[in-house]
Amino acid sequence: MGMSLGFHIIFAALGIGLPVLMAISEGIYLRTRRPVFLELSKRWSRGAAILFAVGAVSGTVLAFELGLLWPGFMEKAGAIIGMPFSLEGFAFFTEAIFLGFYLAGWNRLSPFVHWLCGVIVAISGTLSGIFVVTANAWMNAPAGFKVVDGKITDIDPIAAMLNPASFHEVLHMTLAAFVATGFAVAAIHAFFVLRDRQNSFHRSALGIALALGCISAPLQIISGDFSARSVAKLQPAKLAAMEANYKTQTGAPLRLGGIPDSESQTNPYALTIPRGLSLLSTHDPHAKVIGLEEFPRRDWPNVRVVHWAFDLMVGAGTALLILSILAGWSAWKCRGVPDGKWLLRALVAAGPLGFLAIEAGWVVTEVGRQPWIIYGVMRTEEAVTPIGKIAIPFFAFTILYIFLAFVVFYLLRRQFMITEKPAEQLVTTDA
Amino acid sequence: MLELIVAGFMCVALIFYAVTGGADFGGGMWDLLATGPRASAQRNAIAKAIGPIWEADHVWLILVIVILFTGFPRGFSGLTTALNIPMTLMLFGIVLRGAAFIFRKYDVKSEKIQSRWSTLFGAASFFTPFIQGLTLGALSTGQIRIIDGRLTTGFFAGWLTPFAIACGFFALALFAFLAATYLTADPSADPDVRKEFRLRALWSGSVLAPIAFVVFLTSKQGAPAMYQGLTQWWAPFLIGATLCFAIAALASLWLRRFALARIAAIGEVTLILGGWSLSQFPRLITPDITIYNAAAPAITLRLLIYALVAGTIILFPSLFFLFRIFKGKAVESGA
Ligand code: HDD
Ligand code: HEM
Ligand code: HEM
Repeated sequence: MGMSLGFHIIFAALGIGLPVLMAISEGIYLRTRRPVFLELSKRWSRGAAILFAVGAVSGTVLAFELGLLWPGFMEKAGAIIGMPFSLEGFAFFTEAIFLGFYLAGWNRLSPFVHWLCGVIVAISGTLSGIFVVTANAWMNAPAGFKVVDGKITDIDPIAAMLNPASFHEVLHMTLAAFVATGFAVAAIHAFFVLRDRQNSFHRSALGIALALGCISAPLQIISGDFSARSVAKLQPAKLAAMEANYKTQTGAPLRLGGIPDSESQTNPYALTIPRGLSLLSTHDPHAKVIGLEEFPRRDWPNVRVVHWAFDLMVGAGTALLILSILAGWSAWKCRGVPDGKWLLRALVAAGPLGFLAIEAGWVVTEVGRQPWIIYGVMRTEEAVTPIGKIAIPFFAFTILYIFLAFVVFYLLRRQFMITEKPAEQLVTTDA
Repeated sequence: MLELIVAGFMCVALIFYAVTGGADFGGGMWDLLATGPRASAQRNAIAKAIGPIWEADHVWLILVIVILFTGFPRGFSGLTTALNIPMTLMLFGIVLRGAAFIFRKYDVKSEKIQSRWSTLFGAASFFTPFIQGLTLGALSTGQIRIIDGRLTTGFFAGWLTPFAIACGFFALALFAFLAATYLTADPSADPDVRKEFRLRALWSGSVLAPIAFVVFLTSKQGAPAMYQGLTQWWAPFLIGATLCFAIAALASLWLRRFALARIAAIGEVTLILGGWSLSQFPRLITPDITIYNAAAPAITLRLLIYALVAGTIILFPSLFFLFRIFKGKAVESGA
């Protein structure tokens, strides 16, 4: 499941981000009437269509997989958090229909209506992300029900959706999709601009993608800080694992990297910033921060994995922030799309960082929640399917996903190679 | 009452899946079976018919599943535990089929590569609906027992019985018939190709009758509860109506009234699935799980119904309009 979701989340993020780029580009075309933006939105819409088709398949698999792998979880949780999944179904439906209008309607709808369809695709993509993330947030901060004598009663699906973790997770995830898509797309076009500075197609694409990424990246960091403070309140054990903080102390230091060792409860080789953790998690350098020692050992998540994944996410986020500042500064200086050689190279190198951060962030959230599947309510081992200790289905799905990953990678690459040529022709007509 | 409404929505979604997605599967079967001098023209007609709305068709299945796990969580967990193996196989079929289809559409148009993806696409189009028929059939066999919330009959119960297998073949024939009938009614296709699909529709439609008979025969032993359902007072009317639609579909194919044939075929599929649902009612997994003992609490059901109604009001007009746009002759030039 972790594997399927880790895979699906890449589509999900692109499925949120690409339609946004596509709609922005067509919007610019409607204002400026420069054909290069029309071509760009067509190109991006084709990418969105491939991802959408594969996303539909991987989403179908997920819907079944929830039950195939965790019947126990779904039996308890279905009635409580089925709601956001149903809503996601409708958001997806809307997206499918309007993507159909968009792809088929270039010549049949008025330009403004066509653009509106694109905007609806972008909005419904974002909504499907928001809905499922509330389901995930519920696992971290279960709400909207009572447990009486081991039985679940007083279910309130609305309260479950609006659980205390929803807001920070939804905000952080939606921004993450913009950041990751923005920088990944910018990297591709930066690569082509490096080869040919005059190519107005790739320059325009770079401009739009970079704008999306650079605006979202700083907001992402702010929302990450907000997430961390919410986690400190809702799941102190997760926060302690994220920071490899074993001992409860006031004025706790921030530890970067290192090799957390749960036996000796130390973190050798870490870079230590005095009072950093207290400052970050409460905005007060002297505050008391709870360490893992407060929790029974069987309730600890895997400290190493969580800590390293967290550092990876924050590291990637910081790198992207620096890059946004540099890019923003040089765009402001030249009043246009920046094209400094080193900046472009850095952008190409930073392409995968956003997705790396997304994967790492989900590992923090999911592994950090262990050993619980529903925090404080149900342990993961109670939820698993009785069939052959999960090995066979798990193996089967893993193969399936490797196959799908291959499909997507191959096709997108191919799509790029094929469509290289018209771009060049376009330059001559455009310039 | 709430349970009934939610189950009704689920049935409707299932029927929509059969008449849209089912035809997609059928199209894939005919793609594999395309023969003769016009084989590639046949394939093109199929690809064009499936192409634009393919993604939307999948949503119906997702909708069925989502309604099931929100509205009837115990039904969902029972289903996915007892039928874990066939459902995993079905997912394989769906993934392979989807991937092959996407490849065919976006990969290079070389003859060799295309035909390899076509074969995979066609094979998965046979495999997947067969397993789907098998799975639905298994729910009626009564061999899957879930006692005190625990599955007692293992992972092989039900779906390997003659009845379930007959249901699998029935689904195959039904979808093949449906797809061929739709393709005869497609005005943009080549007239010769339409003629060929008319023949195919005629004979796949005729094959349905003996398979349906086998399903009925095996149900006496293999699905006693369903057999009993089919001998209740309403059953003759239902079977009679289904038969009328079936004959009407074949007759209008014979008389080349293709638009009429399409409507009759849709009616036939609707009645078959509707009849199956009625004979199952109120059981989800015969005999232990019913829509009443598997239902989520009333508040969840009520909210689910609101969501379904709101979704229907918003989405149906758009869906209708989408179909209208695609019926136009011009093929998109841009994307
Ligand atoms: C582009 C991606 C990206 C970037 C640059 C960051 N994150 Fe993040 N983070 C995610 C992408 C992400 C994510 C994949 O979207 C997660 C997983 C679950 C969630 O809600 O968002 C996440 C989770 C997540 C959580 C756990 C939330 C929970 O379990 O409820 C925290 C505390 C942070 N992040 C904090 C940060 C901080 C302090 C960052 C600053 C540098 C940061 N993130 C950058
Ligand atoms: C709605 C969203 C999600 C749901 C309902 C969900 C559900 C679950 C469940 C039930 C488990 C516990 C079973 C297990 O340990 O294997 C789990 C673990 C896990 N999930 Fe998620 N998940 C969601 C999102 C994600 C995403 C997007 C990722 C992306 C990377 C992810 C990665 C993981 C990983 C790595 C584990 C394994 C943790 C461990 O066992 O230590 N999850 N998830
Ligand atoms: C855990 C269970 C999940 C299920 C059952 C599920 C189901 C689905 C389905 C059926 C689709 C339709 C295919 C598509 O639109 O491409 C989809 C797409 C999508 N999902 Fe998920 N999903 C899950 C987890 C997630 C998570 C954790 C996210 C996180 C943000 C997410 C975000 C999205 C988005 C944004 C789309 C639209 C993507 C696109 O248009 O390409 N999903 N999902």
